[in-house]
Amino acid sequence: MKTLNAILTIASRDLIKLLRDRTRLFASLVFPFIFIGVLGTSLDANLSQNVGYNFLIFVFTGVMGQTLFQSTASGIISLIEDRENDFSQEMFVAPVSRNAIIFGKILGESLVALVQLIGVLVLGVILQIPFSIGQLLAIIPAVIICCLFGGAFGTLVMANLNDQRKANQVFPFVIFPQFFLAGVFTPIRNLPLPLFWLSRLAPMTYAVDLVRAAYFYGTPEYSKVVLYSPLIDLTIIGVLFTLMLGAGTFLFVRNERNK
Amino acid sequence: MQDVIEVEHLVKKYRTARKNAVDDISFTVKSGEFFTLLGPNGAGKTTTLSILNTTLSKTSGSVKVAGFDLETQASEVRNSIGVIFQNPSLDLNLTAEENIRFHASLYGVYPFAPAYSFMPKAYKEKVKELAQVLDLNEKIFDQIKTYSGGMKRKLEIIRGLIHNPKILFLDEPTTGLDPVSRANLWEYIMKVRKDLKTTIFLTTHYLEEAENADQVLIINHGKIISNGSPTHLKKAFVEEYIAIDSADRKKLVKELTTHKLRYTGEGPFTVHIDKKTVQEVIQLIKVKLTVVRVHTPTLEEAYLEVIKEDQENS
Repeated sequence: MKTLNAILTIASRDLIKLLRDRTRLFASLVFPFIFIGVLGTSLDANLSQNVGYNFLIFVFTGVMGQTLFQSTASGIISLIEDRENDFSQEMFVAPVSRNAIIFGKILGESLVALVQLIGVLVLGVILQIPFSIGQLLAIIPAVIICCLFGGAFGTLVMANLNDQRKANQVFPFVIFPQFFLAGVFTPIRNLPLPLFWLSRLAPMTYAVDLVRAAYFYGTPEYSKVVLYSPLIDLTIIGVLFTLMLGAGTFLFVRNERNK
Repeated sequence: MQDVIEVEHLVKKYRTARKNAVDDISFTVKSGEFFTLLGPNGAGKTTTLSILNTTLSKTSGSVKVAGFDLETQASEVRNSIGVIFQNPSLDLNLTAEENIRFHASLYGVYPFAPAYSFMPKAYKEKVKELAQVLDLNEKIFDQIKTYSGGMKRKLEIIRGLIHNPKILFLDEPTTGLDPVSRANLWEYIMKVRKDLKTTIFLTTHYLEEAENADQVLIINHGKIISNGSPTHLKKAFVEEYIAIDSADRKKLVKELTTHKLRYTGEGPFTVHIDKKTVQEVIQLIKVKLTVVRVHTPTLEEAYLEVIKEDQENS
C-alpha cells in the first residue's frame, strides 16, 4: 500500500508539472508537427505512388511510436538532473524502495507522453488521417506499451550515466540513430545487411512496428507496411523490457549510493 | 539521554579518489541535542551527512541512526529523519500545499489523492495549521514561484517535519538568505526543537548559528580535529581579555604591574584575564579608566584557531 502510494505520488507529480509548464507543452507539440506536417507531407507527395501505400499515414504512425518511446525515455533520464535539484532529492531520502521510485517515474513520464500524444492526434485530424473506432481501440494498448518500453530503455541508459553533461551528450547519440533505424520516416523492410541488423537491434523498431500493426491491422496495406506480427513485436518488447528494466534498476541502485 | 546517532570508525573513499573523504571518524549525538558539524569546504561534511541520510554508501565502519542500522534498516532510518538539503528541494511549479501533500503521501502519512479536496479531514486541518504557522493563509494554494527565499526554506522545514522525524538534518540551511530571514528561520527552528524535542543536526558556514549548539564537531581532511561544547572550544582555543585605557597611563601601568596582570600594548592596553574573571580584574584597578572593552571570544575565533592549528600540524 505504501509503495503504491509512493508510485502514484511520483507519477502524478510529473503529470501536474507538465500541465503547468506551458512552454514545455507547446514545445512537445512542435516536433511532431515538423515530423508529420512537414516531413510526412512532403515524403507523401513524392513517394506514395511508388511504395503503394499512403506515406503520410506511414510517417504519422511512425512518429506516434517514436514520440512516446523517446518522450518517456528522456523523462527518465531527467532523474539524473533532478537527483541534486528540486523534489527528486526528497524521493531519494524517503522510505520508499528504489524500484518504486523508478516505476513511479516511468508511470509519470508515460502519462506525460500520452498527453503529448493528444497533440499528435489533433494533428492527425487536421491532416485528415482516417481513424476507425476499431483502430483507435487497437492503438490504445499499443501506445501504452510504447511508453513503458521507452521508460525501460531510459532506465538502462540513465543507470550508466552519473551526470547531466554526460546524459546530454549520450542521449541524442542513442536516440537519433533509432529514428532512421526504426523506420520512423522511411521503410526498412529491405536494407543492406549491416543496416538490417542494426535496425533489428534498435528497440524503437518494435515500438514503431507495434503501433503500425495496430493501425493497419486488417487493411490491404498491412503486409507492405508492418514488419512483424504483433505477437512477435510484443514478445520482443516483453523480453527487452524485462531485461532493460531489471538491469537498469539494478545498476541504478548500485551506482546511486556507491560513488 | 540515549544516543540517536552512533558513528564508529566511519570511512568513506570515493571510487575515483585516492584519499579518504571521511577518514575514520567516531562520534555520538544524544537525543534532543543541537549538534553542529563544522569544517572548511571539502572537509567531508556533506559526505558524512549524505551517509547519515542514506543517500551515500560508506566504505567501512558502523553507523546507527535512531537506533537503526544504516545498511540493513535503511527504510526505518529514512522514516526517522527529515532532511533539508543544501539545494532547494521544492517543486516551483507546484503549490505549497502540493509540495506538502506529495511529501506526506511519499512518507505514507496520508494516502495519496490527486487533489486537495480528496484528502482526509485530518490532513486538511494540518495544512490549515501549517498555513498559519507560515503566515501564508490562502497563499498556501499558490505556486511557490512567488515566495521569498526565507519563506521557501521555512516551507521545506515544515514539510520535512510532517512525518514527525526524530532527527532533522539541516545542510547549510541559511545560505543565501538575508539577515532578517535568517533570524526568522532560526527562531522557528529553535521553536521546533523546544516543542517537538527534535534532534537537530546542522552543518553551516555561519559560525554564530552554532553558538547555541550543545556539541560542535570540527572536521578537516576527513578527520575530527575538535569535539566539544562551544564554551569548551572557546576556553580551549581563544583567550578572553579586556581592553582598557586611562588618561594617566603611567599610573595604570604601575597598577597592572603591581597586581601582576599580564598585558600587552602601549595604550589602549590588552589585559589578559587568565584565571581571573573580568570583574575581579576591573576591581583591582583604581585609576580612572577612559576605555573599558570586554572581549568575549566567539566560536568563530575558536574555529579559526582550531583550523589554523590543524594546518600547522599537518
